[in-house]
Amino acid sequence: MQMIIANRLIDGRVVFLDDSGGWVNEIADGSLLVSQQDAAEQLNAAQRAVEENEVVDPYLIDVAADGGRRRPVLVRERIRAFGPSVGLVPQGLGGN
Amino acid sequence: MYRYDEFDHKLVAERARQFRRQVKRRLSGELTEDQFKPLRLMNGLYMQLHAYMLRVNVPYGSLSSRQLRKFAHIARTYDRDFGHFTTRQNIQFNWIKLEEVPDILEELAEVEVTAIQSSGNCVRNITSDHYAGRARDELADPRVYCELLRQYTILNPEFSYLPRKFKIALTGSPRDRAAVALHDIGLRMHRNEAGEIGFEVLVGGGQGRTPFIAHTIREWLAPEHLLSYVESILRVYNMYGRRDNMHKARIKIIVNQMGIDRYRELVEADWEQIRDSVLKVPQAEVDRINAYFAPPEYECLADIPDELNDVRARIPEFDQWMAANVAEHRIPGYSIVNLSLKAPGMPPGDMTADTMDAVADLADRYSLDEIRVNHRQNLSFVDVRQRDLFTLWKELKLHDLATPNIQSVSDIICCPGLDYCNLANSRSIPVAQDLSRHFVDVDHLALVGDFTINISGCMNACGHHHVGNVGILGVNKRGKEFFQLTLGGSSDENAALGDRLGRALPQDEVPAAVETIVDTYLAMRLDGERFLDTYRRVGIEPFKQAVYSPVQTRAVA
Repeated sequence: MQMIIANRLIDGRVVFLDDSGGWVNEIADGSLLVSQQDAAEQLNAAQRAVEENEVVDPYLIDVAADGGRRRPVLVRERIRAFGPSVGLVPQGLGGN
Repeated sequence: MYRYDEFDHKLVAERARQFRRQVKRRLSGELTEDQFKPLRLMNGLYMQLHAYMLRVNVPYGSLSSRQLRKFAHIARTYDRDFGHFTTRQNIQFNWIKLEEVPDILEELAEVEVTAIQSSGNCVRNITSDHYAGRARDELADPRVYCELLRQYTILNPEFSYLPRKFKIALTGSPRDRAAVALHDIGLRMHRNEAGEIGFEVLVGGGQGRTPFIAHTIREWLAPEHLLSYVESILRVYNMYGRRDNMHKARIKIIVNQMGIDRYRELVEADWEQIRDSVLKVPQAEVDRINAYFAPPEYECLADIPDELNDVRARIPEFDQWMAANVAEHRIPGYSIVNLSLKAPGMPPGDMTADTMDAVADLADRYSLDEIRVNHRQNLSFVDVRQRDLFTLWKELKLHDLATPNIQSVSDIICCPGLDYCNLANSRSIPVAQDLSRHFVDVDHLALVGDFTINISGCMNACGHHHVGNVGILGVNKRGKEFFQLTLGGSSDENAALGDRLGRALPQDEVPAAVETIVDTYLAMRLDGERFLDTYRRVGIEPFKQAVYSPVQTRAVA
């Protein structure tokens, strides 16, 4: 499974593309893409959002189901989705 | 502290207004991201993993309590209640909103602080010895020359589109606390044969994926020629720097490709044309800038070793702190106090807004309003009366800023790593936390003595891993984080790059490996040897054997 991740232009926050073509803060609310065709179409939609100055740097990430919770496959994307694993205001990575 | 003159105020206010217009044009779509990126970078604004990150300059590491309070306010109002002090004496805020950046820059300008040129291919914040103007071993205060260079290089069109970023560091002491040999230009004060103070000029140092120790390009330069000589170095760089390849664009690459002798010839030839031009700095100009540094008003005091020794004898914890965190001051009756931001488990360099306010208050009361940021990501109070040391120690303990570990195993330099940084390959802060929680016995820290650990989460080396006594580099192998150790690096006046110890280790094996290195050193050291001395005497083999003996590790290929 894949999802589209980006940063929102106005505040830089990590966002995910949802089923209605909007951008949401929570990975759980984003659109899950199961076919290559879906992924290509949604990436086009994301590119339009770049041109419309809504987001910057959208790309596809691999996501796996983990006990009913969506979990990006790469550490980097997990950190983007759930926040730093450390820090004075830790957000929690949800394991390694 | 340096106070802005009328030109500084005007320039900084204009730049903040200009960036407000640029942000407006970006948000309206008039500017694309590609067009906007170089503009935001020239104002210290990055896009990181979670949000925009704003890097704010602390010129040559010197801050007033009013400025630190403003940082606390920025952290509280516009960010998530904390900031991060970096290895270039700057501060970074991690969750900044683009739409709020113009307001932040205006707030910073109110206290004479900017983010101008804290990023981009230009001359970055000029760094210096955090003991500048206070160290007992110093020839002269280098900050007036830092300021001269800052004024000359800020928004200077000739230096605004360099092939790559450009970092300058100065020290006025023979003991190098500013890592000048790891900079594009390093300036080290010393006397010539006639006894006059000038600069040894070093060029082409740097870390990153291709680390080099700088070469001496000129043994001694009169201070009046500082601007012209720096300009000539920059001009030759502008001409020959590799704009075709970002990874080969730093000055260190061309200096080392053409050789220092050829680079010197080019610089000297250019310099002959301009050395006696308007760039020659008259003493009157140095005096003018110096007048903007309000001199601290010292009381006439004497050193009080007997009183301090008495308290130290009664309170071992205070004694440990005095030994590790307090340094000599050039004025009798005063000391320099280092505030450790490396309490066990703390992310190195991070500080909450509340702690910033508390430190600002303490600086008002105990350090003539001034705070210094150092490249090891700690703070210093540089004007503390010796009779206040005991009271200050108790206050610092309340804020967890008195861990007696300066320059010890747990005083770790660490970049933000993959927890924040867009470039990182692996996390670095968790490794620093593991190590600082592992080495908590302060008697052991004192026994081990000088021992630097520097951690970077990628080969860009923001965590200075090449020059840590132990360097730790995070690498990513097939999606997993591993850590490559180097030994024997140093950033002082005898700077050296570390040697690779062996195969990279998984995170959970790093503390044990470092402990093995420490124990191996303790077993082999001769009287008075620091880790670095022992390492240079015995070489890497004993450490390699100890760490990679098969019963101890499951190192990966």
